[in-house]
Amino acid sequence: MEFTIFILALPLLSFLILALAGMKLPHKVAGLIGTASLSTVTILSYVTAALYFGAGRGADGLYPTLTPYNFTWLPFTQNLHIDMGIMLDPISVMMLIVISTVSLMVHIYSFGYMKGEKGFQRYYAFLSLFTFSMLGLVVATNIFQMYVFWELVGVSSYLLIGFYYTQKAAIAASKKAFIVTRFADLFFLVGILFYGFYAGTFSFTPDVRLLASAGIVIPVALALMFVGGAGKSAMFPLHIWLPDAMEGPTPVSALIHAATMVVAGVYLVARMFPIFIEFAPEVLHTVAYIGAFTALYAAVVACAQTDIKRVLAFSTISQIAFMMVALGVCTSADPHAGGLGYMASMFHLFTHAMFKGLLFLGAGSIIHAVHSNERAFMGGLRKYMPVTHITFLIACLAIAGIPPFSGFFSKDEILAACYDYSLMMGVFMSGVAALTAFYMFRLYYLIFWGKSYYEGQLALFNKGQISEKPHAPHEAPLAMTLPLIILAAVSCVAGFIPFGEFVSSNGHAYAIHLNPAVAISSVLLAVAGILVAAFMYRKGGSKVVLTVKVQSKKFIVAAYHRFYMDELWIFITKRIIFRGISRPIAWFDKHVIDGFMDLLATASQAFSYRIRRLQSGNIQSYCIWFLHGVMLLALILIFLV
Amino acid sequence: MNYIQFLEMRPEISLLALFVVVFVYDLVARGKWRHYFHPITCILLMLHCAVCLGESYREATLFSGMYLTNPMIGIVKTILTGGTLLLVMQANKWLRSAHTTHKQGEFYTLLLSTLFGMYIMISAQHFLLFFIGLELASLPLACLVAFDKYRHHSAEAGVKYILSSMFSSTVMVYGISFLYGTTGTLYFEDMAAGVNGSPLQIFALVLFFAGMGFKISLVPFHLWTADTYQGAPTVVSSYLSVISKGAASFALMTILIKVFAPMVEHWQIMLYILTVASITIANLFAIRQTDLKRFMAYSSISQAGYIMLAVIGGAADGMSALVFYVLVYIFANLAVFGIIETLEHHTRSSVSRDDCNALYKTNPKLTLLMTLALFSLAGIPPFAGFFSKFFVFMSAFKAGFWVLVFIALINTVISLYYYLLIVKAMYITPNDNPIKPFNSSKYSRISFIVCLAGILLLGICSFVFEEIDKLSYGM
Repeated sequence: MEFTIFILALPLLSFLILALAGMKLPHKVAGLIGTASLSTVTILSYVTAALYFGAGRGADGLYPTLTPYNFTWLPFTQNLHIDMGIMLDPISVMMLIVISTVSLMVHIYSFGYMKGEKGFQRYYAFLSLFTFSMLGLVVATNIFQMYVFWELVGVSSYLLIGFYYTQKAAIAASKKAFIVTRFADLFFLVGILFYGFYAGTFSFTPDVRLLASAGIVIPVALALMFVGGAGKSAMFPLHIWLPDAMEGPTPVSALIHAATMVVAGVYLVARMFPIFIEFAPEVLHTVAYIGAFTALYAAVVACAQTDIKRVLAFSTISQIAFMMVALGVCTSADPHAGGLGYMASMFHLFTHAMFKGLLFLGAGSIIHAVHSNERAFMGGLRKYMPVTHITFLIACLAIAGIPPFSGFFSKDEILAACYDYSLMMGVFMSGVAALTAFYMFRLYYLIFWGKSYYEGQLALFNKGQISEKPHAPHEAPLAMTLPLIILAAVSCVAGFIPFGEFVSSNGHAYAIHLNPAVAISSVLLAVAGILVAAFMYRKGGSKVVLTVKVQSKKFIVAAYHRFYMDELWIFITKRIIFRGISRPIAWFDKHVIDGFMDLLATASQAFSYRIRRLQSGNIQSYCIWFLHGVMLLALILIFLV
Repeated sequence: MNYIQFLEMRPEISLLALFVVVFVYDLVARGKWRHYFHPITCILLMLHCAVCLGESYREATLFSGMYLTNPMIGIVKTILTGGTLLLVMQANKWLRSAHTTHKQGEFYTLLLSTLFGMYIMISAQHFLLFFIGLELASLPLACLVAFDKYRHHSAEAGVKYILSSMFSSTVMVYGISFLYGTTGTLYFEDMAAGVNGSPLQIFALVLFFAGMGFKISLVPFHLWTADTYQGAPTVVSSYLSVISKGAASFALMTILIKVFAPMVEHWQIMLYILTVASITIANLFAIRQTDLKRFMAYSSISQAGYIMLAVIGGAADGMSALVFYVLVYIFANLAVFGIIETLEHHTRSSVSRDDCNALYKTNPKLTLLMTLALFSLAGIPPFAGFFSKFFVFMSAFKAGFWVLVFIALINTVISLYYYLLIVKAMYITPNDNPIKPFNSSKYSRISFIVCLAGILLLGICSFVFEEIDKLSYGM
């Protein structure tokens, strides 16, 4: 498996080439370099997966954990050292497939979407950087390497959100994303340091006895790491950066803020899962409750948004929360006895990456056609954009959990795991799932059905009320529709992958079997959600909608403003932290610390002026000083020591 | 006689051969062959470097124990040779200028003989051989300092250097003679048995140390430094500040460990005093300098103080910190001196800080390298200088000198101030007619790239330090 090094080397190389020489290359060449390297990476990832899973299980019934590369980068002590390397195990190989597939789709799609944009080369350079960092994150051999790439991922996300750096909103969004995730990463780092200190290693397989003797510290360290994961995976209340991150180009949202980077937190928890389940089950269950609340919160907010990308953003938050819940409800490492959630979570991560990537790319295609994110400018688009319409519908069915689309299978496993944990949790999450079906189909009907904005404008133009003839929305070019079709195909069949054969909580094969009660009830709920959405939005502006709007106006307005979470954060940072903590510290820094430095400067200036005579340029006096120095030293050493 | 044993002296023999080739080439080459003198010397030096690097060194003694070689000494010799190679590359334009081109050969032969002296100095296990090495490393340097002898400053610097060098050598020999008198031997190993810390021996230690302090330019034996650096051709100042200083520091540390181990308390106190004095006083003087070469002279004195932090513990990790520090220092300092050299050559006058004003506008690449080199000298992460300072501080800290480390830390703040003054001049201070854009010679450019790579990579590539660390030894 030595060739796996190229999976990391190629995107890095393409980043370096594009970053250093990109601006001198024509757009097409730059895009081709990025896409070619990514295609190779994708092929290599698939080959890796084929070889890895093809080699079969070892004598112990597990897939072996391979480390083709590992070298010590910074040694602290004999055991505690930071390594850099590549580790292959079922989940990292699975992530290689997810990342390379979605990234390749986005690379191809961007050819059409970003055509003619200023900074096209820069865009591809950043995409390469991101892919490199994300791949490095998943194949990390130890928690510190993961952290290094974790930050690199954050940087590339920052760069891509702020891609349109002349727009104020994009700059603010990129800063917000970076600061919020960085704030969470601080906890992550502290957690890593705790872990490293008490476990005596940064590796994922520590000495169990050491951990057991560390007591309460390990759960604390894991909880701190989870805060880092919650920042990246946009868990409540650290979710505030993700909706704003939609200011970046839409393919970027598909890649980073839907399919790959935002699930890094889930991946982190899954990576530490053996330690979580052994030493900190309470922390794990807390993760479940945070996840459940986030899922509901985001689903409710998604119902009230009008910007289609924001709807998708909140839907992403909600779906990631599903994955977190699935991990959190695990009570043992055995998939047959309370450990089902692990497999379900990874399965949902896999299917979600595909259909959410598809949704975002579809949204990009729509935005490309109507030049706006607001749903008011859409409506009735199904006639004009048939490919986008069908693929979007498939993705909506998948996320709503309608068989035989992929989302049904993974979500069903999650719900089954929730019911295993407690009835309350199961019912709650089923409710959120129904809500998911509702808001997704609300979005679908608002975009593709109802009154067409274009036709309305055209009628006004014909009457002479507006002077400009509106452009008819048109289907996107092949470079954009091809990824849509591929991802839609994947979303149709991915559910039939025997996922439990490859990934499960204790590594042994697990045959997925549907729990009929859970499956039927969840499908019924999803269909109910879809029907309600169809009833309310299919014709556009039906009476029911108006009455609902009037009846619960306050609630809808609050949900539209995301229940004022951003305002709360602003209040906490600006009013409490800035005034109460930052200003006194600034004063201390300015007057005490700088004062000391100023004193140092003044004193050394003055002293330096005094002693300038020492250097007279006169060689006799040099010799005298030399001898004086010798005599003085000799006297001190002989008589004083 | 067993001639096979000479193979253990691989670097010396190769260097001697190089010396002879360059010497003969200088005598016979005429016409266009003169033109190829510089590239050929560079290539030969590179080959010599490869020979030095070569396979790993064994531990071996020759000439009835007078000469020692081991892996660490091999590494130090390689580092010194590599530094010399970079330096010769930077000297290209200066050597080709009208008044020096006819004495190119002299420059190479003098330079190579000092290098040979340093090889002997660090390999010697006997005070007589050590002294011969030391003198061989000093006397040709005096000629080099006065190389531009028709330039008043250079001649003056040469006189000052040779006189103070003689003076310090005398003092040192005086100290060695006391040691011989009290112990009855000049071999390092035998001598250690007879060292007992009697007042006479303490006096001898101080005298010996003063001689070495002169080479390393520690306060108060540093007074020649500023005048000499300023007057000497820039290449030679550069050589004095890194190669000569590095070799002397390493030799001092080995002798302190080997010979004066029983008097460790005495020399630690002495080093303590001199380190504080060197770092602080040099920093105070550096603040006031405007001439860049003079400024770098004081900077190099304070850097010498930091090197002494590695020596003071006398332990193995101190030695690896020292060698790593010298390695990093060579790259950063050669970059700065190389830039001063090209600027000087371009403006045909000495360069002051004000000349650098707004250099960024006209020569951005050079300015960037200068900035990075200064950052490395000041010890700002992630550049190599930060790591080398860190290791030096660590070794002193482990030896229990934490007050000393604290004083050194405060001094890094002061040093940051004066290094940043230059950066500020280059980037911020406005200037109506900055130095015009120009291209440095190809050779300098290659050496600059090597320096840049060293500054950026040495700290991050941890295996370099680990390799050195494996081979070091101490008390």
